[in-house]
Amino acid sequence: MIEIKDLHKSYTMGNNSLHVLKGINFNASEGELVSIMGSSGSGKSTFLNILGMLDEADEGSYFLDGVPIKNLNEKIAANYRNQFLGFIFQSFNLINYKTALDNVAMPLYYQGKKRKERIEKSMHYLEKVGLADWATHLPNELSGGQKQRVAIARALASDPKVLLADEPTGALDTKTSYEVMQLIQEINDEGKTILIVTHEPDIAQMTKRIVNLKDGLIIDDVLVPKPVRAASHV
Amino acid sequence: MFTRDRWDEILEALNANKARTFLTAFGVFWGIAILVLLLALTNGLKNGVSADFGDFATNSVFVWTQQTSMAYKGLPKGRRFNFKLEDVALLKEKLPALKYVSPRNQLGGYNGANNVVRNSKTGAFSIYGDYPDYINQKAMDITQGRFLSFSDIHAKRKVAVIGVDVVNNLFDKNEEVLGAYIKISGVNFMVVGVFKAANTNGDQEEDANSIFIPFTAYAQAFNASDNVGWLAITAHDDVSISGLKDQIFGILKNQRAIHPDDERAIGNFDLAKQFARITGLFSILTVVGYFVGALVLLSGVIGVSNIMLIVVKERTQEIGVRRALGASPLSIKAQIIQESLLLTILSGLVGISFAALVIWVMNFVLDQVGYVENFSNPTVEMSTVIVALVILVVSGILAGLIPATKAIQMKPIDALRTE
Repeated sequence: MIEIKDLHKSYTMGNNSLHVLKGINFNASEGELVSIMGSSGSGKSTFLNILGMLDEADEGSYFLDGVPIKNLNEKIAANYRNQFLGFIFQSFNLINYKTALDNVAMPLYYQGKKRKERIEKSMHYLEKVGLADWATHLPNELSGGQKQRVAIARALASDPKVLLADEPTGALDTKTSYEVMQLIQEINDEGKTILIVTHEPDIAQMTKRIVNLKDGLIIDDVLVPKPVRAASHV
Repeated sequence: MFTRDRWDEILEALNANKARTFLTAFGVFWGIAILVLLLALTNGLKNGVSADFGDFATNSVFVWTQQTSMAYKGLPKGRRFNFKLEDVALLKEKLPALKYVSPRNQLGGYNGANNVVRNSKTGAFSIYGDYPDYINQKAMDITQGRFLSFSDIHAKRKVAVIGVDVVNNLFDKNEEVLGAYIKISGVNFMVVGVFKAANTNGDQEEDANSIFIPFTAYAQAFNASDNVGWLAITAHDDVSISGLKDQIFGILKNQRAIHPDDERAIGNFDLAKQFARITGLFSILTVVGYFVGALVLLSGVIGVSNIMLIVVKERTQEIGVRRALGASPLSIKAQIIQESLLLTILSGLVGISFAALVIWVMNFVLDQVGYVENFSNPTVEMSTVIVALVILVVSGILAGLIPATKAIQMKPIDALRTE
């Protein structure tokens, strides 16, 4: 599903060039649940941004479901993001003046789907994350865990090939974190490929594979023999 | 472009911060309201001042005789002279560009001694000997009967057309005016008409105290022979009377044996010139009105642009999210421009409506209080309003353009990182 070869990325700050990614090779096949770990500054966020086409690599190749991701202009990138990817952010990034339902419907709106279809699909995904009763509520009426569930529903709404989660539990307490992870595991059980950036080992243990980044390189890439089911903690 | 979904998006965004939206809208609202009001007031002033001229054809000149200042053809300087009726005929014949040449004579004056008697009542009025053409030069409303006619002139009929205050002074209420006789300086005249000045203005009282009698009857009754007191000359609309003045004077000087270079022998008042001066003043006033109004409008538009910049800044993260979810730069740009467009157009329309309301109230009050010196009927032309609206729409787009461009210049990742 994801094939990355020899990915390089550096940022220029004034006269200093900061080499953030120094040749990353990474593959993920369909249905994987991968956590990307590393201390801050290891390049994991940059890596995720490049995966998410929010940022572009300087060198290297990136194939997503066989499609080469390169030389993107903003319009095509936006289109690819909409088709291929679902984003889950640490700070949820819901639009605060839209109801839960409208937030979920956003990617569908940008896909140009009809209003009726948007509402139906969004409702379906809100049900899936257990928030059907909260459909008409604004984000500030929801708890942190609920907001992240809405965000997950939104990420799922466009039926993307890959879900990218940047510290999805970073702003949540332990119990809520596990609830969110339970949801993510369930989604993965249905076959969705999911990448999670995290620095919490217990969260990483709930994924099927852990990739460790340090100073812009993958230092180790291991399968988790028996992923912890988040449900057992809830 | 404007689908229902887009409308929803725009209205939602504008609704999300009502105070901000309101303040922005107010800037534009105020700008356009001021522009329209300024133009309306300028027009009101213009209409008011024009009304003072308005009842006399503006392409006119009044010509009278003074003392000669140069000896000519054996005649001494300091000589007094009169125009004659034959001069009028000659002017008409030689200068076809002249529409009306009205010889006039006046007896008595406004606030002068009593000169008119009817039964036991007396009054002091201005008596004018006139030709029927005069009503075409000075607009009057005939409220009863008729004005002078050419058959009056030919028959030298002793008839009179009198002002409303003459009626009030000499007649009792409900008394039949037409057909009654009044004695002007001892000569009986029959009243055939009553007039009222067409545009009620500052001269109303003087007008209302006037009496018109046929020029020929005047000459006969008051022994004026064929002397003419002064001339009221109006040119055709497509010819400037000011340009014809030299020719008129030339003919008159030749007729009256005046030295061609004698500047003082003939006096004149050039209404066209005066009017042109006032018109010029008002074109400047209009330009000033537009200028100031446009500047006010501009500041409103700058206000919108500023607020949109802040909006974009405040919504950087939202825009980042939208782009992460697949919004193309174009759709983001379109949305921001449409937001500012909707805002400027809506508030602009409200501003125009508000200004229209104020103008309506002004007109209403003016109607109630009656005549106000130098001010009447403030209006704006529809075309002006449409121009203002077009300016608004264009500026609305411009106001949205800068922030919209700014919004999509930022990489989505940077936009997302903004807290």
